[in-house]
Amino acid sequence: MSDLKITGLHKYYGAYHAIKGIDLEVPSGEFTVLVGPSGCGKSTLLRTIAGLEEPSQGSIEIAGIDVTWARPRDRDIAMVFQNYALYPYMSVGDNIAFGLQARKTASAEIAKRVARAAEMLGIGPLLKRFPRELSGGQRQRVAIGRAIVRDARLFLFDEPLSNLDAQLRDDMRVEIKRLHQELRRTMIYVTHDQVEAMTLADRIVLLRDGRIEQQGTPLDLFERPASLFVAGFLGSPRMNFMPVSLEPGVAVLGDGTRLPLTATARTGRALLGLRPQHIARAAGALAPGHARALVTVELVQPTGTRVQATLPLGGVSIIAELGAHEVSAPGERIEIDLDMTHAVLFDPTTERVI
Amino acid sequence: MSGLPFHRRKSTRLAVRYAIAGLLVVIFCFPIYWLFIISFKTPEEIFAFPPVWYPESIQFDNYKVLFKDGDAVSVLNSLILASSSTLIAMVLGTIAAYSLVRFKTGGENLAVWIISQRMMPPVAIVFPVFLLYVFFGWVDTYFGLILLYTAFALPYVIWMMRGYIEDIPLELEESALVDGCTRWEVLWKVVFPMARSGLFATAVFTFVFSWNEFLFALVLTRTEVMTYTVQVTHYFGGQSNFWAKIAAMSVLGTIPVFIAVATMQRYLVRGISMGAVKG
Repeated sequence: MSDLKITGLHKYYGAYHAIKGIDLEVPSGEFTVLVGPSGCGKSTLLRTIAGLEEPSQGSIEIAGIDVTWARPRDRDIAMVFQNYALYPYMSVGDNIAFGLQARKTASAEIAKRVARAAEMLGIGPLLKRFPRELSGGQRQRVAIGRAIVRDARLFLFDEPLSNLDAQLRDDMRVEIKRLHQELRRTMIYVTHDQVEAMTLADRIVLLRDGRIEQQGTPLDLFERPASLFVAGFLGSPRMNFMPVSLEPGVAVLGDGTRLPLTATARTGRALLGLRPQHIARAAGALAPGHARALVTVELVQPTGTRVQATLPLGGVSIIAELGAHEVSAPGERIEIDLDMTHAVLFDPTTERVI
Repeated sequence: MSGLPFHRRKSTRLAVRYAIAGLLVVIFCFPIYWLFIISFKTPEEIFAFPPVWYPESIQFDNYKVLFKDGDAVSVLNSLILASSSTLIAMVLGTIAAYSLVRFKTGGENLAVWIISQRMMPPVAIVFPVFLLYVFFGWVDTYFGLILLYTAFALPYVIWMMRGYIEDIPLELEESALVDGCTRWEVLWKVVFPMARSGLFATAVFTFVFSWNEFLFALVLTRTEVMTYTVQVTHYFGGQSNFWAKIAAMSVLGTIPVFIAVATMQRYLVRGISMGAVKG
C-alpha cells in the first residue's frame, strides 16, 4: 500500500516549466528523500504534495484518496519548514499544540501528546519558553515536535537543517533518523545536500530540471548511477571522470595508459568514472581487474581520517582518497592502484551509463 | 586646547544639551498648559492683565456649564463616530490588505488606486457628498458620518496594513494551513497577532484622523450628532469669544486622544520592528 502516488505531475509558473512530468509512488512507512541541485523542482514538488501549490496537470493521491485539489488542511499531512515557522507570540508548548488545537482535539489529549513529543525530542524543559529564547537547534526541534504531535499520514520536511551550523546539522540528522525508526511513518524529505540524502533515505529520488533522474536506495544510486549527473551528484569528493577511447576489454586514457575493463565490447569515445575511494597506493601483487599508474602528487588535502590527493592522470586531474599517512607532500611521485571493477562508463553525448 | 579634563568637558556639553532640550519642551508645552489653565480659571482671571500664570484655586465651573447645557455630548458623539469608523475600517481594511498581499488581488494597480483616493483634497468633494447625503437623508446621522469616516480611513488602513502583512513570513501562514487552519483562521490566529503592533499603530492614527475631522462634520451635522470640533467653533462669536468654554471643550476633546496614544504608545514605538523568529 502506497501512502503517496503522484501521476503525470506538471507545474508551470507562467511560462516557466518547473515540474516536467513526475510519476512517483512512496510506500507506507518509507523515508524518501527528494534531492537535487537548486532549481530542480524538489521544493515545488513537496509544496504541491502539501497543497501549498496547485499542480498545472496531473494528480496526487494520499492514502488512496485523490487530493489533487484538496486544501492543505484536508490532506492529513504535517510539515516542517526550513525557517522553522514558529509563532513568536506563542510559547513552545502552544506552538507544538497549535495543529492539534486547530483540529479541535480534546485538551487532555493535547497535553498528553505535547508531553510525549517534547520528551522524544528532549525539549520538555523548554515548553514554557518563547521561540526567541531558543537556539537554532532547539527551534528546529520544536518545529519537528509540532509536526510529530499530529498523527499525520504523511510527514513533509522542506530542507529543515539548512539553517543550522555543521555540527548541529549532524546531530539533528541523527535525531530525525531515530525519530523515523521509532515512528515508522511515511516521511518525505527535501534537501540539496547529498550527504543528508545518503544518510537519511530509505529511498532517494534524484531530481534534475523538473524530472526524476533516478530513484532507488542510496547504495543503488551510489554504486549503479544511471547517468553522469547522478554519478557526479552523489559522493564526496565527487567521482572522477576521465575521457577514454574504448577498445574491447580496455579503456585507453589520453596519455596512452591502458586500463582493463570487465565486459564491454563497445568501442569509441566514452567517459570513465571512478570514485576516489577506488584509487589506492599500489602495494603487493596486481589484482585482476586492477590497473596501476605512476603519478606526481599535485595537491594534498588531509581530512584527518583520510587524505585527498589530487593527481594528474590521462590529461585530467583526478582525486584519490588515500590513507592518512600514505602521501605526505605535493611533488611526491607515487604508484597508484585503480580498482577498475568499480569503474562506470558513460556515453559522452547522451551522458547515460553504457 | 581646553584645560578642563575630558570628562568635565563632556559633562558641560551634556548640560548645554539638556538646557536646550528643556527650553524647547517649555516652549512647545506652554500652549497646552495655557489651554488647561484657562479652563480652570474664573472669567476675571482669564481677562486679567498682567496674565494670571497660575490660578489661586482650581474651579470646575467652566466644565459644569458644558455638561449642564449638554454641549459635552459632542465629545461623546465624536467618540462614537471615531471609534465605530476606526473599528470598521480596521476590520475591512486588514482583510482587504491581506487579499492584496497574498492573492495579488487587482495586481499592483489596485493598491495604487486605493492610496490615490487619499491624495484628493477633501474640500473638492464636500459639495457633492452633501448633495448625496441630503438625497439619501443621511445628513446629521451617525450612520452617515461613520460611513464617510470609514471610507476616508480605508485607503490609509489598507496601505499601512499591506506593509505590515508583507513583513509576515509566508511560512508561518503555510504552516498554519497545513496544520489545519482555514484562511479565516490563518487571518485570526497568525496575521492579526503577527501584525499586532502595526494594527494598533494604524488604529490610533485612524482614530485621531476621524477624531480631528472638521470639514465634513461642519457641513454634514446640525444638532443630532454634532462633533466636538464643530461644537468648539460655536464659541467663537461675532461680538466675543467664550474663552472659558473653548478651553474646557478643547481639554475634553484632547483627553480621549491623549489616553488612546498613551496606552498604545508601546505599539507606536515598536511599530515595524517586530517580525518572526528567523534562524
